[in-house]
Amino acid sequence: MSYPTEYKYTKEHEWIQVDGAVGAVGITDYAQNSLGDIVFVELPKVGDVLEAGKIFGSVESVKAVSDLFCPVSGTVTAVNDALVNAPETINSDANTTWILKLELADAGQVGGLLSAADYEAFIAEETGH
Amino acid sequence: MADATATLRKTALNGTHRIHKAKMVDFGGWDMPVEYSGLIAEHMAVRTGVGVFDVSHMGDIQLRGPGSLAAVNQLCMNDASKLAIGQAHYSAMLYPNGTFVDDVVVHKLSDNDYLIVINAGTREKDVQWVRSQIGHMSGVHVNDFSDYYTQLAIQGPKAAETLQKLTSTDLSTIKNYWFTWGTVCGLHNVMIARTGYTGEDGFEIYVPSDEATSARVWAEVLEAGAEFGIVPCGLGARNTLRLEAAMALYGHEISDTINVFEANLGRYAKLEKDSFVGKAALAEIQAGGGPKRKLIGLEMVDRGIARDGYPVATLDGTKVGEVTSGSPAPFLKKNIAMAYVPVELAVVDSELAVEIRGQLVKARVTALPFYKKPKKLV
Repeated sequence: MSYPTEYKYTKEHEWIQVDGAVGAVGITDYAQNSLGDIVFVELPKVGDVLEAGKIFGSVESVKAVSDLFCPVSGTVTAVNDALVNAPETINSDANTTWILKLELADAGQVGGLLSAADYEAFIAEETGH
Repeated sequence: MADATATLRKTALNGTHRIHKAKMVDFGGWDMPVEYSGLIAEHMAVRTGVGVFDVSHMGDIQLRGPGSLAAVNQLCMNDASKLAIGQAHYSAMLYPNGTFVDDVVVHKLSDNDYLIVINAGTREKDVQWVRSQIGHMSGVHVNDFSDYYTQLAIQGPKAAETLQKLTSTDLSTIKNYWFTWGTVCGLHNVMIARTGYTGEDGFEIYVPSDEATSARVWAEVLEAGAEFGIVPCGLGARNTLRLEAAMALYGHEISDTINVFEANLGRYAKLEKDSFVGKAALAEIQAGGGPKRKLIGLEMVDRGIARDGYPVATLDGTKVGEVTSGSPAPFLKKNIAMAYVPVELAVVDSELAVEIRGQLVKARVTALPFYKKPKKLV
């Protein structure tokens, strides 16, 4: 499993790729692997105002449903509609399959997120390896 | 760091599952594979080809002696006197109030020898129950053989062809819910039963539970099935397969608060038998006009996945019941569920709603099972 070093991560297993004032958000490779076959993604709407640490949607595998938590606050500028019909794209490529893009309310929040190395260390601790 | 799985029970194939990178979960105190290559792929392999499951966590109680038939018939609701040697049937052990201790498969090994296959999560409870109920009966001896067997379920339309390569026993002579003993992978007197929990044709074999033998048989089954695309399957696919086939799962569709008629299993309760634990309560329920609630099938009409425990409501939002099992159905490609609702609402083709995280999502009541395996013409 791989975790791009230019992304930032949450302990809830989301990643964010920041490009200027906009961030793209997805779930990590570890998350997709733990969930198994993903069959449903509940997306927010463009224009929704999201708050850091709050639930913005959900992702469902055959086995279970998991909430999605927003890494930082912001306003949704785009959602990945392709996931409605092809949610399994997240399984095949979690690192490039973004779920939503948002305009950051406070770019300073990004600094409080985990680096790839921190995130990997966090998973190692969680799984006991 | 302490091994979190240290306190979990393991089957003889635990090491094999780990070598094959199965995802492991705590299932009722057992460290079991939930999936290998992926739940959907495993599910589809069983519906269209063949898959193999380690189900060694299931328990096996033997009742032996001249009083064994009387004991089985007192403990279990179906009528074991109807079984021939080499035949098995679905049954259940009940509490006196007509609810479930467990559902079981009773195998008649000989006139004085029955093997009752029980669920993993209820093993200790079941064994204690059996001992407590027949302690006063004569001519019967109870053996807990649960740890003696590695039980493999080879399931799917290609299960017979797969297993046939590993045994000289002509599998075509074993009918559904019959069994025999044969040589499998060079092991003598292996019990080969045409049973399973997938809604598909298939076999369950009971081999000695030492690790080396278990791992060897597992590997040989995978090799024999390779040409049919066999995959090792985990409990995830086992659950979605049994749900499509509308087979009950203890703690979900059946439990110590649900009675036989509610669960639609009345056809297995033989009230004409002289006596069995739970009979009086069932007779009373029947005389009183039947159960007040019933197990139904639901198929989601609108987008949404019903999950275990979600409320079921009428379209106006009045809560009327609860989902017992719900999931996407990989073969049917629908979102399905089973649920208990008042009998007057158990009307096929009527509409109800499932409350999914605060929102009412429309569902249609459907006949069970959701899936029935195709019947061959000849």
